[in-house]
Amino acid sequence: MATGYYPGCSLEGTAAEFDMSIRALAEALQLPLTEIEDWNCCGASAAHQTNHLLGLALPARTIALAAAQGMEEIVAPCAACSNRLIAAQAEWLDNSGLRGDIEHAIGMPLPAGRLPIRNCIEFLLPHIEKITAALRKPLTGKKVACYYGCLLVRPPKVVAFDDPENPVTMEKVAAATGAEAVDWGFRTECCGAAFAMSSTASVVRLCGRILDNARSEGAHMVIVACPLCHANLDMRQPKGMAMPIVYLSQLVGLAVGVAPKALGLGKHITPVAPALA
Amino acid sequence: MARIGVFVCWCGENIGRTVDCPKVAAEAAEFPGVVHSVDYKYMCSDPGQGLVKEAIREKKLTGVVVAACSPRMHESTFRRACAEAGLNPFLCEMANIREHCSWVHEDRGEATAKAVQLVRVMVEKVKRNEALFPIKVPVTKRALVIGGGIAGIQAALDIANGGKKVVLVEKEPSIGGHMAQLSETFPTLDCSQCILTPRMVEAATHPNITLHTYAEVESVSGFIGNFDVKIRLKARSVDIKKCTGCGLCAQKCPQKKIPSEFDEGLGMRTAIYTPFAQAVPNKPVIDRAHCTKFLNGKCGICQKICPVGAVDYTQEDTFIEEKVGAIVVATGYRLYDFRNGEKDYGIEGYGEYGYGQYKDVIDGLQFERLASASGPTGGEILRPSDGKPPEKVVFIKCVGSRDCAKGLSYCSKICCMYIAKHAMLYKHKVHHGTAYVFYMDIRAGGKSYDEFVRRAIEEDGAVYIRGRVSRIYKRGGKLVVVGADTLLGGTGGGRVEIEADLVVLATAMRPQYGIEALAQKLSISYDEYGFLSEAHPKLRPVETNTAGIFLAGACQGAKDIPEAVGQASGAAAKVLGLFSGDELEREPIVAHVNQSQCVGCFYCEQVCPYHAIEREEKRDKAGNLIARVAKVNAGLCQGCGACVATCRSNSIDLDGFSAEQVFSQIGGLK
Amino acid sequence: MSAQRKDSPEKTFAEQMAAETGIDVRKCYQCGKCTAGCPMVPEMDYTPSQIMRLVQIGDREAALRSATIWYCASCLTCSTRCPQEVKIAEFMDALRERSLKAKKVNPRARKIIAFVKSFLGGIRRAGRVHEISMVMEYKTRARDLFSDVLLAPVMFVKGKLKLLGKPVKDRQAVARIFERTAGAK
Repeated sequence: MATGYYPGCSLEGTAAEFDMSIRALAEALQLPLTEIEDWNCCGASAAHQTNHLLGLALPARTIALAAAQGMEEIVAPCAACSNRLIAAQAEWLDNSGLRGDIEHAIGMPLPAGRLPIRNCIEFLLPHIEKITAALRKPLTGKKVACYYGCLLVRPPKVVAFDDPENPVTMEKVAAATGAEAVDWGFRTECCGAAFAMSSTASVVRLCGRILDNARSEGAHMVIVACPLCHANLDMRQPKGMAMPIVYLSQLVGLAVGVAPKALGLGKHITPVAPALA
Repeated sequence: MARIGVFVCWCGENIGRTVDCPKVAAEAAEFPGVVHSVDYKYMCSDPGQGLVKEAIREKKLTGVVVAACSPRMHESTFRRACAEAGLNPFLCEMANIREHCSWVHEDRGEATAKAVQLVRVMVEKVKRNEALFPIKVPVTKRALVIGGGIAGIQAALDIANGGKKVVLVEKEPSIGGHMAQLSETFPTLDCSQCILTPRMVEAATHPNITLHTYAEVESVSGFIGNFDVKIRLKARSVDIKKCTGCGLCAQKCPQKKIPSEFDEGLGMRTAIYTPFAQAVPNKPVIDRAHCTKFLNGKCGICQKICPVGAVDYTQEDTFIEEKVGAIVVATGYRLYDFRNGEKDYGIEGYGEYGYGQYKDVIDGLQFERLASASGPTGGEILRPSDGKPPEKVVFIKCVGSRDCAKGLSYCSKICCMYIAKHAMLYKHKVHHGTAYVFYMDIRAGGKSYDEFVRRAIEEDGAVYIRGRVSRIYKRGGKLVVVGADTLLGGTGGGRVEIEADLVVLATAMRPQYGIEALAQKLSISYDEYGFLSEAHPKLRPVETNTAGIFLAGACQGAKDIPEAVGQASGAAAKVLGLFSGDELEREPIVAHVNQSQCVGCFYCEQVCPYHAIEREEKRDKAGNLIARVAKVNAGLCQGCGACVATCRSNSIDLDGFSAEQVFSQIGGLK
Repeated sequence: MSAQRKDSPEKTFAEQMAAETGIDVRKCYQCGKCTAGCPMVPEMDYTPSQIMRLVQIGDREAALRSATIWYCASCLTCSTRCPQEVKIAEFMDALRERSLKAKKVNPRARKIIAFVKSFLGGIRRAGRVHEISMVMEYKTRARDLFSDVLLAPVMFVKGKLKLLGKPVKDRQAVARIFERTAGAK
């Protein structure tokens, strides 16, 4: 099956290590990914918050391109991208009146059916056995707090992924590395997302609450699958927190023996290497 | 020749405001066959009925059309008036110009024209009406009461005290129901068991009551006055005739860690057990799913220890048949399962409140057991996780109730009161503790109810916070309750976080499991939530649409003890009324088969919801079988007309609604 | 009342919004569960449930001028937990869109709108967001030049900031999307 890879803008910039680790891990696990040719930005929250149709048309172009390039599914590791792609596709499949407007805007036909769109966790979940079999450096003894944030699980009826209040899939993948997932209370609380720059104080406040709880429940590090969550949690930590924020793909990559450099483990603002050693 | 009288009612302003009643009467006077037509402000009043009676006598009317409200409202009133004037009551018909006309139309001209049409079609029908005579059926003067909670006990006692026999069936090993689990009761705080247990004993010992506990209704057939009921007596594994209730067996049973249903899982019971000390009958049952003897053949201690040899592992379910004339359904309620959701009903659980994975998040009945002197803590409020008295208790109302997202949009009605009671009981027992109550509205519409809630707030210091809770999570052994006080605005928007030791969810009242299957056995209907449907929400609240079957208590809708008891007495009064004569009169609106035309396809048998179609063999004089044809059992037939519509050979007609009558009505439309 | 539109005086603001978005705020019974779970309430002038209330009573003006609609993080906690199944977060999007069109944007939203505009501007030009350009544009628009000045060099050294972005090849196609969706509802 041809799997289209949609890195999205963040993975080309601040989240370069997410991109590196996904690609390296895909290679290690022999899961071929083909980057979608000429993909564009999904528009993130900025588009749908201010212009509904724009918020649909931007992801639509990328999905239409993937279909035209013969892709049968899309892997979009960025939670914001996968959420936008899923939500936009769901909306035009649900409301056939929109299809014409969107096709007009993008100047391309949309695929008739649903193109499966997988986030980072869904990408890895079917391959737990493979991960276990490929384990080189089990992360036994590491206590991890799996953090889902908003966009992986909400809106539940649209993303139809895991339980919105008590998700378990990231823990399952993390457990395959030998790490121990702690039970904590902020797994689906918001980190402040797009307010990183426009309302930094909010993000500092929200990230502080999340990290406090992860620490008080015994976590050595927080595992994420979203570049926005990562940027906020990594860069907006309260003084003295020093909580490593690790991408799920980095955690799994390390466990199956991918070189730390290939996983971009040195790119974090809050150092992660000591915690993973 | 037909001599029809038309009587047009204004219903005060209800009809008169929109319909020109004098004009309707004047036009009706011109219809063929109409010899008398008048209008009047209140036709159902005594002078109004007088107009009808007088016209019947003086104008020698052969039929009457009253153009007024719905026949459900006053058909019986006017039919009685006709009968008093010597006219067969079934020669009187209603034209509904209120619900079907004035209440749903605005334009006076159009409404008046429609009213004229409605009168015309009824005149055409009534011309073809025939005198009908009520069907008489014998009555078995014994009642079945299903469910031995407070409603069932009350209904059984009232019927029994009225001198009639009652069979009381309870599926649990003891009667008493949920009321037996309660600590104190609102709004008087009297001890639930103290007022209930004497009633339980009275019901069990009453000479007119036959009690079957650990029993379920297997099947029901027949009709009002003549039901045949099959009851399954589940194998108790204990011969209750021999058993003295000494309790030795339960003391010695090695299986001691089975979560007690009566204590809502907060206490443990043995495999051979009586649900609680005051159980009636105070005789144990063996829970075979947990008994070592049944699981792997070992043990057998209870049989060895029993001084009277009452334990019998070989017992099997047995069946008994009872003939009864009336049935009272009092199967009660259960609480919404917030731990697992209600997957069978397509409802997800409360993930935001932890799906019940936190031991110290409990429901209302569990709190009752904690507060009850007969409970697992002896009435001390101790939290389940570590047995310590909670310093802060948060009560959350409307969990599952008033929740469209969970598919349960109704109000469970009792929670506002019992939560106020819980807050009070908690404060009476843990003086220095704080009780927080998250509420959306306070619904305390009952005698002394609002005063009770105010007492909880003003005298006992319960902290009421108006808002719903968004989520509960754990932080360092405490439960953090994240809510809002919507009465506050400003910075922070009234967000409230409480570090609680115990959280009590007022989960929704739901009908008992299996209610749908029981309703189907009884041919009675239920609403979208599974609550059993009454015949009329206002005027027939204890009857069902199936004659002879009545409702009592929370099986019909969320209600508290006084209401359940009141409804039970109401149902009992209906039963006693039914049993007051030796025969019953039933409306003669039943189907008839023209047997000479019937082709014996029996499609009617398949569609009849009341099992009223019988097969009859036609034989010649020599006794040779000529044909098998359908026959309607008039006792069972409810006159729904399904068979009429299905009959391929047009051999079935409904008395009072014959094909000829219906076609004449259609033909009367202009 | 400002809620009444001239061409359809019988439709209230809530009804009008329901017709246009499919989200019926009249279902809200003011339980406050959205407010209780909202992470952004401390930044808001009205709580989410109060915004629902403003729409219910037809105070279009106050709703569109509120800071709240801009401080909604679109985290969807409210929509997920609403017992009445009101899509509150999605409704905030619709209010933002109308607030912009009606030029009633709250002054406190200046930075947020600067961010949105810089973000969308980047996409419009290159089809993808190039973070340095976007941040520079934002800082100019928001007149917020000195925040995070210490963070940027660190990010640069860590390889998180790239000087040159990789734009989309078919830039016209992206520009066309912006043109063709601009006038849409």
